[in-house]
Amino acid sequence: MFYRRAGIRHTRYQDERQLFPLGFDRGLIIAVILVLLAAPFLFDRLYVSGYLLPWLIWTSAALGLNLLMGWSGQIHLGYGAVMGIGAYGSVHLVRLGVPLEIAMIAGGLLSATIGTMFGGAALRMKGIYLAMATLAMQYVVDFVISHSSVISGGSLATLQVPPVRFLGIPLQGDLPTYYLAFGVCFVITLFMLNVRRTSFGRALAALREKDYAAQILGISTFRYKLLAFWVSSFIGGVVGSLLAVTYLRAISPDQFHIELSIQILAMIIVGGLGSVLGPFFGTALILFAPIVLNNLLGAAAGTFGLSLPIDLRAHLPLMAYGALVIGFLLYEPLGLAKIYANFRNYLLVWPFRHAQR
Amino acid sequence: MDWILLAELSTNGVFVGLMYALVSLGIVLIYKTSGTANLAQGAIAMTGGYVTWALATLVGVPIWLAIPAALVIMFGFGLLMERIALRRMIGQPVIMTIMLTLGVEIMLRGLLPGVFGAAVKRLDIGLPQQPLFVGELLLNRSTLIGGSISLLLILLSLFFFNSRFGVVMRAVADDQTASWSVGIRVERAIAVAWGLAAVSATAAGVLWGSTQGVDWSLSLLLIKALAIAILGGLDSIPGVLVAGVIVGVAESLATGVLDPLVGGGSRDVVAAVIILVTLLLKPHGLFGRHHIERV
Repeated sequence: MFYRRAGIRHTRYQDERQLFPLGFDRGLIIAVILVLLAAPFLFDRLYVSGYLLPWLIWTSAALGLNLLMGWSGQIHLGYGAVMGIGAYGSVHLVRLGVPLEIAMIAGGLLSATIGTMFGGAALRMKGIYLAMATLAMQYVVDFVISHSSVISGGSLATLQVPPVRFLGIPLQGDLPTYYLAFGVCFVITLFMLNVRRTSFGRALAALREKDYAAQILGISTFRYKLLAFWVSSFIGGVVGSLLAVTYLRAISPDQFHIELSIQILAMIIVGGLGSVLGPFFGTALILFAPIVLNNLLGAAAGTFGLSLPIDLRAHLPLMAYGALVIGFLLYEPLGLAKIYANFRNYLLVWPFRHAQR
Repeated sequence: MDWILLAELSTNGVFVGLMYALVSLGIVLIYKTSGTANLAQGAIAMTGGYVTWALATLVGVPIWLAIPAALVIMFGFGLLMERIALRRMIGQPVIMTIMLTLGVEIMLRGLLPGVFGAAVKRLDIGLPQQPLFVGELLLNRSTLIGGSISLLLILLSLFFFNSRFGVVMRAVADDQTASWSVGIRVERAIAVAWGLAAVSATAAGVLWGSTQGVDWSLSLLLIKALAIAILGGLDSIPGVLVAGVIVGVAESLATGVLDPLVGGGSRDVVAAVIILVTLLLKPHGLFGRHHIERV
């Protein structure tokens, strides 16, 4: 990772405003995208559908929540419910024969509507009260989904996703599902990268720093808070339907419980609030740290002849989430993205100090 | 719907609500002194239950000694938590402190069942289990006693606020900077508030653990405690009592009246609905103070 900044000579304003001003960054991004595109042919099937696919999906969800929590500074403890609404909405539409492309958008719109209703109800309050309202939303939505058999799908309370086609390609096997998830994640990432350069993104940042100061500057806090809830819930709904169609294949209410909300919250805190790169790191750590830890413990138990109680290993993910969240909040509140940026800045000071600012 | 059933549900609800209120007391104490919402309160109650169980069963301490010992240990735990984690968060945005307490909640919920085993632990503190008949009403004797103990403890905390240290804590709650300037050690008051919150959570954890057994589900008391704290107004201890009774009765009636209609499970959603309705109609709760934000 050698950041050669030397030799950047901008002659036009457009050059300086581009997303990745460093040539090395551009190269790195293209390389990562190429590796991800070629992944189904490079890596084992298990790694693609068991690790890369959930990583892309959960990262998209974390990006959506990061828009709300990182950019506009509103707390949301019920993002799992938002995703659940999108998933159930779109799966029901697909079962009724609506094409998947429309069903995903419709699921997003449904999530956005309901999410904005709950968020809008809480706009008179902030901080703690907003946290409580969104937590209550999670429980109410869970209850409604699991207690109306029309939504949850009868006595077994699982809803099968029928075979679907996306843009004419049947979503069967690993390749189409992986590329669909990749496409959605790519679009959301691109949106998040660009949103901070728009007036909307700047208004959200102003809102986060001090809401009444933003109001004095002429930013309608009410409007932009609602918009932040709307956009974030829309992304949540679309990702929820993506999750249902490509990964879960059969949805049941308990997949969208508070655990999912906490998992995504942990991802953006570990990754870094208000960063686009952060959720990618955070999702990787939160999804894979328990697996790696479990394997390590299993290996250690095998080598040293220890026998770990099964309960301990079953509760390892929760302990890991909690410890990671506490550790990052105490020692690096801006998360892995900040650690990455620090490392990068270090390299720019030494050994590449010829680099120009 | 006959009146006997309603009266029975409400009476039991009152005492269950008082037991919920004991968990909520800690949230209010902490919010009053430091302005932080403690989302770990349910998990601390669970920890208290586990510690008492471990002392009584694993160490073999008699139960009348195990409970005070657990209260002391958990007081220390609360102090430690404030000192290690929460104090570093002073001056950070409120979102950070909320997330930190949530992180503690997640970790405790994994740590204790992981270490002690996930099976339900029986915690026998000598509460009689057989029901009590008052006239035609069938009352649950253990919740009756548990609720009365909770009521006593909450009233005790009201008296505590009139003691010398209680006055100090009220001063800190009122204005931290002003109390600093007259020589009150604000950090110590906040630390003691965390300790006392852990103590009240432990008492609740022991009472609940003796009625339903100790396992991770004790941490679900959090949502009920939050509903009570919000309805009561987040910074009022009499509010906790009143709101606790309201939430308990509402939940009990919902279980009896709504469950046959919607097919069970309405118990869990009552607290969430109460939170939403309170925030919509009267965000500062029944007894809460209005905070004026000055620019």
